Amino acid sequence: MDKNIYDSKTEIAWCPGCGNFGILNALKDALVELEIAPKNLVIVSGIGQAGKTPHYLSCNFFNGLHGRALPPATGIKAANPNLTVIAEGGDGDMYGEGGNHFIHTIRRNPDITNIVHNNMVYALTKGQASPTSGEGFKTPIQVDGVFEEPFNPIAVAISLGASFVARAFSADMDKTKEIIKKAILHKGYALVDIFQPCISFNKINTFKWFKDHTYYLEDNYNPQDKVEAFRRSLETEKFPLGIFYINDKKKTFEDNLPAYSLNKEPLYKRQVDFNKLKSLVK
Amino acid sequence: MTVNEIKDEISIVICGEAGQGIQTVESLLIDALKSAGFYIFCTKEYMSRVRGGANSVQIRVSEKPVSAYIKRTDILIPLIKEAVEHLGERISKETFIIQEDFSGEAKKLGDTVYSNVIAASTLAVLFGINREFFYNLVEKRFSKKGEEVVQKNKEAANKGFEIGGKLSLEIEIKIQPKADKNDTLINGAQAVAMGALAGGCNFIAAYPMTPSTGVFTYLASQEHEFGIVVEQAEDEISAMNMNLGAWYAGARGLVSTAGGGFDLMTEGLSLAGITETPIVIHLGQRPGPATGLPTRTEQGDLNIALYSGHGEFPKIILTPGNLEDAFYLTQKAFNLADKYQVPVFVLTDQFLVDSYYNIKPFDLSNVQNQHFFKETGMEYKRYQMTENGISPRGIPQFGEGLICVDSDEHDESGHITESQAVRMSMNNKRLSKIDMIKGEVFPPELIGSRDYKTLLIGWGSTYLIIKEAIERLGRDDLGFLYFKLVYPLHDSIVDYIKKAEKTIIIENNATSQFGKLIARETGLVIKDAILKYDGLPFSVEEIMQRVSNG
Repeated sequence: MDKNIYDSKTEIAWCPGCGNFGILNALKDALVELEIAPKNLVIVSGIGQAGKTPHYLSCNFFNGLHGRALPPATGIKAANPNLTVIAEGGDGDMYGEGGNHFIHTIRRNPDITNIVHNNMVYALTKGQASPTSGEGFKTPIQVDGVFEEPFNPIAVAISLGASFVARAFSADMDKTKEIIKKAILHKGYALVDIFQPCISFNKINTFKWFKDHTYYLEDNYNPQDKVEAFRRSLETEKFPLGIFYINDKKKTFEDNLPAYSLNKEPLYKRQVDFNKLKSLVK
Repeated sequence: MTVNEIKDEISIVICGEAGQGIQTVESLLIDALKSAGFYIFCTKEYMSRVRGGANSVQIRVSEKPVSAYIKRTDILIPLIKEAVEHLGERISKETFIIQEDFSGEAKKLGDTVYSNVIAASTLAVLFGINREFFYNLVEKRFSKKGEEVVQKNKEAANKGFEIGGKLSLEIEIKIQPKADKNDTLINGAQAVAMGALAGGCNFIAAYPMTPSTGVFTYLASQEHEFGIVVEQAEDEISAMNMNLGAWYAGARGLVSTAGGGFDLMTEGLSLAGITETPIVIHLGQRPGPATGLPTRTEQGDLNIALYSGHGEFPKIILTPGNLEDAFYLTQKAFNLADKYQVPVFVLTDQFLVDSYYNIKPFDLSNVQNQHFFKETGMEYKRYQMTENGISPRGIPQFGEGLICVDSDEHDESGHITESQAVRMSMNNKRLSKIDMIKGEVFPPELIGSRDYKTLLIGWGSTYLIIKEAIERLGRDDLGFLYFKLVYPLHDSIVDYIKKAEKTIIIENNATSQFGKLIARETGLVIKDAILKYDGLPFSVEEIMQRVSNG
C-alpha cells in the first residue's frame, strides 16, 4: 500500500510541537501497515483539538458533537460491520462530556477502536481542567487547583470488562503505532488512552514529566489477568504504558445483533421484504 | 331494558386499579368482539403507577366504524369502589353498572387473577358470543402457560357466562356484528411502527419513555423477522447520535421518544441539520413541562419540534390523526428524510398511540421506497454545490469516494471552514431545501360542508374526534380542516380561512401552538380557540358542545 495514502492537504490547526502530531503519524503508519484502505475506514470524532484529527487524514469521517463520538461510531459499525471504525477525541471529550457513552460503549463492546488523546487539560477552550487533570492543577477556573480525584480511564475500562485496554505515550511513535495496530486488529471495543503533552496550556504534564512518570509493562506481563491489570491500572506514581488487558472471548455488539445472524449484508444494501410486511399488516 | 338510545352502538368502560389486570380484560374482550365481527374502538387512560390508583378503558362496540373517544358510558364494570367517582361526568343515570363481585368469584376459583377472564366473558356473552368461540380465545391466549392454566381460565369463563346469562335478562343488546372479519385491529403505536417497517426502517436506537415506548417495543418484536438493528441506548443523546451514525452509513434509522427525551436529542437534531444527515423522529406527546403527566395526552410539543435545535435548518413535521395516516405518513417520512436530507418528525400523542379500532388492512400496492444515496467516485464531495441545493449523499464503501461530514461549518469536501462566503453559500443551500419541500407538502383535508361559514381547524389526533362531532352535529355551515402535515404549512390555508366567516382552532394544548404557527406563516390570526390541557383527549360530546356554544 502507498505509504502516503492517508496524507491530506488540509492545513493543520494544531500548535507546532503539539503531542497530537505524534499520534496522527502513529495512526497513519498503523493504518498503512495494516493495509486498511481509506474507503473502508471511518474516523468518528467529537470536538476539541484531538477531534480535528480526521481532517488531517484522507479517509471517511464523521466529525460530530463534543462528547458524542462513541454513539455514532457504534451506529456506523452496526449499520455496516465491514467498516473499520475508530472513535477519536480528547480526554474532556471522551471522559467528561461523553462519560456516559464511554461507560455504556464498553458494556456494549462494538468492534471499534477508541483513541483518546489525554493531555490532562482543555486546550481548545484555552486551559481549563479536564477529568484527568491532576490534583492541585491550577487554571483560570480552578484557581485554587483541582480538588477532584482524577478520572482513571484505564481502571474504569478494566472494571467494566472492556475487551482491550491500553495506554501509550505520543512521543514513543513506534510503540504507540504497535499498540494502535493491535487495538484495531482486536475484535471488540479497544481503548487506547494516549498521554500527550499540551505545550500551550499544561505546564505541569510536559514531555519531560511524562518521560519521568511512565514506564512500560514488562515483556512477561500477562494481559489476560484482569485482577493484575486492574492493580496495575491503579499505579499513579509512575503510570504503566502498554496493553493492560485483553479479553478476546467477549462477543461483539454486532455479533449479538439478530440483524446479521442470517444476512451478512450491510444495512444500506437491504430492501424491505414486502411479502413479510404483507402478512404482518393483514 | 335496552341500553343505549343510539341502538347501533354500546360504550363499555372497565375501571380498576393498576396491576389488577384490566388490560387483560381489554385485550381478551376486544379480541373476542373483533373476531365476532363487531366494529370496535378502544382507548385507555391510566395513571403513572404500577399498582393501585384508578385506570379505565373505554370500548365502543358498534355496527358502524367507530374511531373516537366519547364521554357517554352505557355499561360500566367497576372493579374498584372508587370507579364511579373517578369517572365523574362520564357516568350518568343511563349508565348500566354491573355490580358483580368478580374478584370474590375469582377467589372461589383459587386466585383473584381470574376476575379478568370472568369480567371479559360476562361482557362477551351479552354480545352473543358463544362459549366455544370464547374457549378458543382463552386457549390461544393461555396455552403457553400450560394445560392447567387454560382449564382454570375456562372455568373462569364459565362463571362469566353464568353471570352474563343472568344479566342478559336485564340488558338487551341489539347491535349486530357487521364488520368485515378480515379487518385488522391495531393501535397507533403499531401503525407507526408498521409504517416505519414499510419505509425501510432497519435501525432503531431509543430510550424507553411513555408514550413512545410502544413503537420501540413493536420494532423490537420484529427484530428477527425483519433484520432490524435494535438497541436500547444509555440515554436519548446517545440514541439520536447512534441513529445519525447509522443513517451516515446507509441505514434507515428511527428514534422514538417523548418530549423530555426529545429535549436531550435536540443537540443531535442540530447536528443532523448541519451535516444534512437524514433522521426520522417519532415524538409521542404527553403533558409537560418536565415529567408533567407522564401517562396522559397533550399536543404540547409542536413548538419544541418546530423550534428545536440551535441554528437554522429545515425540517418536516407530520401529524397523523388516524391509523392510516400514522402508517402511510411514517412510511413516507423515511423517503422524505432521505430525499431532502432533513429531520422528519412523526408527531403523535398518548391518545393516538394507545387507541385501537378496526381498519382495512394497509394497502401496500402503492407503497414504494426510494433510496436517494448515490454511488460515489474518487472526486466525490459530500457537500457539492448543486443547482437544486441537494448535494448527492454518498455512503462509506458504496463507490470510491470518501464521505466526510462535519458539525462545524464546512466546505464542499466536508472540511472545517471559517470563510464567510462558504458559510453563506452552505447556509443558503441548506435553507433553500424548504422551498423544494413545500412543493411536496400535501394539502389539508376539508371535511363537512364545502360551503362552510364556520371553519374548524385541527391537527393530529383530534382529527377523528372532531370529524365525528361535526358528523353528529350535521350542520351545513360547518367545515373542518384537518392538517396531517403542519410544517411546512400548505399555502391553501389562506384561502380556506379567508372564505370562512369565523374560524375556530381546536388544540389539545393551552396556548394554541398551531394557531400561532399559522399566524407566523400567514399573518392570519385565529382568535377563537377550543383548547384542552387537562391531560385527557377531547370527547366527541365536548367538541359538539363547545362548537355549538361558539
